[in-house]
Amino acid sequence: MAAVNDNIKSYTGFKAITILCLVVLYAPLVIVTIYSFNASKSITNWEGLSLYWYYDIFAGPESAKWKEAAWNSFTIAIVAATMATSIATLAATAMVRGGKFKLRTASFGLISLPLMVPEIVLAVATLIFFNSIGFTRGYFSILVAHTAFCIPFAYLPIQARMQGIEDSFEQAAMDLYANKRQAFTKILLPLMMPGIISGFLLAFIVSLDDFIITNFVKGAGVETLPTAIFGSVKQGLKPNIMAISTLLLGVSVVMVTISYFVSKKDNTQ
Amino acid sequence: MAAGAASGGSATTDTYASARNLLLLPSWVILGIFVLAPVIMMLIYSFLTKEFRGGVIWQFSLAAYDQFFFDRGLFGDEPAKIEWTYINIFWRSTWQAGAATILSLLIGFPTAYFIATREESVRPIWVFLITIPYWVNLLIRTVSMKFLLRDEGPLNDFLMSTGLIDSPIHIINTNFAVQLGLFYSYLPFMVLPIYAAVERYNFSMSEAAADLYASKWVTLRRIVLPAIKPGVIAGCILVFVPSLGSFLAPDLLGGAKNFMIGSLIEEQFKGNAGNWPFGAAASMVLLSMVLIILMIFARQQSKADKAEG
Amino acid sequence: MPDEAFNMAQHHKDADMSPSSTAAIEVRDAVKRYGTFTALKRISLTIEDNEFFTLLGPSGCGKTTLLRMIAGFEDVTEGAIHLFGDPIADLPPHQRPVNTVFQNYALFPHMTILENVAFGLEMRGKSKSEARSKAGEMLELVQLSEFAKRKPSQLSGGQQQRVALARALAPQPKVLLLDEPLSALDLKLRKAMQLELKHLQRETGITFIFVTHDQEEALTMSDRIAVMSAGEMQQLGSPTDIYERPRNMFVADFIGETNLLEVSVDAIAGGRATCHLGGGHELTCNEVEGIGVGAKVHLSIRPERLFMSEEPAEGESLKGRIKENIFVGTDISTIVELAEGPDFIVRTSNSDRGNKRIFEPGTEMFVNMELGAGRLLID
Repeated sequence: MAAVNDNIKSYTGFKAITILCLVVLYAPLVIVTIYSFNASKSITNWEGLSLYWYYDIFAGPESAKWKEAAWNSFTIAIVAATMATSIATLAATAMVRGGKFKLRTASFGLISLPLMVPEIVLAVATLIFFNSIGFTRGYFSILVAHTAFCIPFAYLPIQARMQGIEDSFEQAAMDLYANKRQAFTKILLPLMMPGIISGFLLAFIVSLDDFIITNFVKGAGVETLPTAIFGSVKQGLKPNIMAISTLLLGVSVVMVTISYFVSKKDNTQ
Repeated sequence: MAAGAASGGSATTDTYASARNLLLLPSWVILGIFVLAPVIMMLIYSFLTKEFRGGVIWQFSLAAYDQFFFDRGLFGDEPAKIEWTYINIFWRSTWQAGAATILSLLIGFPTAYFIATREESVRPIWVFLITIPYWVNLLIRTVSMKFLLRDEGPLNDFLMSTGLIDSPIHIINTNFAVQLGLFYSYLPFMVLPIYAAVERYNFSMSEAAADLYASKWVTLRRIVLPAIKPGVIAGCILVFVPSLGSFLAPDLLGGAKNFMIGSLIEEQFKGNAGNWPFGAAASMVLLSMVLIILMIFARQQSKADKAEG
Repeated sequence: MPDEAFNMAQHHKDADMSPSSTAAIEVRDAVKRYGTFTALKRISLTIEDNEFFTLLGPSGCGKTTLLRMIAGFEDVTEGAIHLFGDPIADLPPHQRPVNTVFQNYALFPHMTILENVAFGLEMRGKSKSEARSKAGEMLELVQLSEFAKRKPSQLSGGQQQRVALARALAPQPKVLLLDEPLSALDLKLRKAMQLELKHLQRETGITFIFVTHDQEEALTMSDRIAVMSAGEMQQLGSPTDIYERPRNMFVADFIGETNLLEVSVDAIAGGRATCHLGGGHELTCNEVEGIGVGAKVHLSIRPERLFMSEEPAEGESLKGRIKENIFVGTDISTIVELAEGPDFIVRTSNSDRGNKRIFEPGTEMFVNMELGAGRLLID
C-alpha cells in the first residue's frame, strides 16, 4: 500500500478533532445519565448506584407535578405533530405535484416562516397575538402554537421525499385505470410514508423540546416538561432533574433511531 | 419547463394542480393566523403605548423605539443622547453568537470533512452520531452543560484529580460559558451542511491540484474551500442566527451579568413589570437583523447556484 | 423487385387513407404548445389495428410528447385523437383503454410483482382473486411466474422490463404504448427483447405504438415508422421505404449512414432525372415527385451501395483517391476523396471481399453505383 499517495483526501488532525467533537457532544449527556443513578441527595458527591431519583419522580412528593407535565407534553406533542404532519403532507403535494403557480414562492415562504423568525420573537408575537384577540392562555393555546411552528419541520422531510419520487409511478397507476384519488392513496402515499414518518417524528421532538414559545403562551398553572424542568432548575440543580433528563434522553434516542431506520429504507428502488 | 414536461422526469409536476388551493388551504390558514398575523401584530404593538401592569394602550407612540436608541435623561427632558445600554446588549449578543459560530466552525469543519471522506457505507452512521444530540431536548443539553461546568462539577473534579489544576476553574456565569453553551447547542447545524457540501465535492479536483504541484494544505485552501463555500456559509448562518436570539444558554450558563437579547426581550413580558411595546420593538430589531442576514445569504446562494449553471 | 411492389402498395394505402373507424389510433392536426414553445406542429397520422408502429426521432423531436398525448398525460392543445373511432383527447388517462410501458418501467416499488400486474385489473373492477389469477397468467406469458412474490428491486433490468410489459398487457388494452422501453438494457438483452416484443405483438394482435431514438431498433421491429424531427413528421412509411427512399435530408441523415452530393437537376424524362455536380460531372438517377428541373438538391447514396474499381464500371462512376481504410468488424469502411465533391464513405462487406476490391490509401480509382442507387432529397 502506498501510504503517501493513498490519502489525498485526508488531513492530519481532522480525525482527532472529530473525536473531540463527539466527546464534546456526548460528554454532558453521558455524565448526566451516570449521575441520575447517584444515591446521594447532593449533586456533587457520588455515593453509589441507586434508582432512588427515578422512584422520586414517579412516587416522590413532586410526582404529581411531573406526571401532569409529562402528560401535557406528550399529548400536545402527539396531537400537534399529527396535525402538522397532515397539513404538511397536503401542502407538499400541492407544492411538488401542483405544477407552477403564482403563489408557490409565497406559500413556501409562509411555510418556512417559523424557521426564519427567531424563536423568542415568535414567542413574543404569539403571546401578543393571543392577548390581543383575547385567547385564553392554557393547554389549548400551547397546542395551537405548537401545531403552527411544527409545520415546517414536518414539511421539509416530506417535500424532500416527494421530490425523490418520480411522477411516472402515479402516471403508471392512472394509465392502469386508477383515478387521481386512487393514485394518491395507493401509490403516492405509501411511497411517501418514510418521509411522512420522519416529518412526524421531527415535529414530535420539536414540540416536546420547545421551551421558549411554551413558556410565553402557557399561562399560569399549565406546565409542560421543559417549563417544569426550567422552573425547577431555576431553584437549584437537584438530582431528580438528572433522572428526568435521562428519561427524556431515552425518548429522543428511540425517536432518532426510528427515524434513522425509516430514512434508510428507501422504498422507491 | 417544456423539456422537463416532455421527458416527464422533472421533480415538480402538475398531477394535482387542480386541487392545489384546497391542499394548501390548511397551511395558509394555520400559518397565516398563528405565525404571520402574530408577527404583524407584534409590529403594531411596537408602535403602541405601554400600560404599567403589562399590556398596551391603543395609542400610537414611538416611545418604544425612542427608549431603545435614545437617552433623554431620567425625566425625559434632557437633549437626546444615544442610549448605549440596549445597543450594547445587541452588540454583546452578536459577539457571543459570532464567537460560538467560529468555535463551531473550527470543530465542525474538520469533523464534517472527516465524515464525508469515510467509506460510503459508514457515513450514515457518523451522521447519525452527530444528529443524535440535536434530537435531545435543548433545555436538557443546556442543563447538562451547566452541571458539567459547575465549580464543583465533574469537569473541575476531573481536572483537579489529574493534577492539571489546583483549584476549580471558574467557567460558569462567564461569557465563555455562554459561548460554550451556544456552541454545544448548535454544533450539529454546522456539521451537517458542510458535510453535504464535501460529500458532493468531486475529489478528482483535489487530485488535479496535487498533480499540478499543489501541497495538501494549499489544495484545501485554494480548491476545496471555495468549492464547498456555500455549505460553510449555510452552517455559519444555522449556528449564528439561533445563537443571536437564544435564551436558554445565556440564562442558565451566563447568569445575570451576561445578558443577551433573548433575556432582554423575555424580561419585558414577565409579570407586571414589563414593557410590552419595548419588548415588541426589541423583537422587531432582532427580527430585522435576522432577515437581513438571511436575505444576504439567499442572494449569495442563488449567485452560487447560477455560477454552477 | 417484389418488395418494391409491396412498398408501392403500402405507399398508396398511406396516401388515400381516409378517416375510418377501423383505425386503432387516428391523430388529426394535433398541436402541442408549452407556453410559447411548440412541441408538436400539427401532426396527423393513422395507425392501423394490429400494427407495430414506431415513432422515431432524436430526443426533443416530440415523439414522446405525442405518445403521452395518446396515453393522456399531456393535454392536446389543438386537434383530435380518436381511438377506434371514439374521440379520447378529453378523457383522463384512467378512462382510456390504452396502457403504457414506461421508459423506466415505473413498477410500483412497494408492491410485489404479482400485485403490480394485478393493479390495472383491480382498478378496472375485477375482484382481487380474479385479478390475481389473471395476473398469474400474464406472468406465465412473460416467463416470470417464479418471481410473483418478489419486489421489483429484486429483479434484473430485463426482468423488470418484462413485468412492465405484463402489467401493461394484463388489462387487455386496445393499444399498447411503449416509451423507449429497451433503452436501459444492454445491447444483447435489447436484441433479444426486440424479437420477443415483435412476437408478443403478433401473438396478442394488439396494436403497439413504440417510441425510440434508435433507428436500427425501429427498422428491426416495425411494420411502419413515422420519422419525426423538431415537432414535425418527416416521413411515414415501411422500414424499407424509409431506408431506401428517404424523403429529405433529415431522414437520409438520421437513418443509417449516407453520402450526400449537391446536384442541380437538368432534365427529367421517363422516370429518370439527369443532374450535374458543381464541377459539371453528369449523373442520372430516379425521378422524385416534387423535384423539378432546375432544382438544386442533394443526392443521397448509402455507403453499401457503392463499390470501387480501377476503371469506371457500368452505371454511374465518380473519380477519387483512397484516403483511409477502417476495419469495423463485419465491414471495411473506406474514405474516398472525390475529385469532384465531398469525401465519400464506401462500405464493403467482409463476406463480399472476393468480388469487390479494396485499394491501398493513395490509390486513384473510381467509386461506382448502380443506376437508381442514389436518391434525390427534398431539402
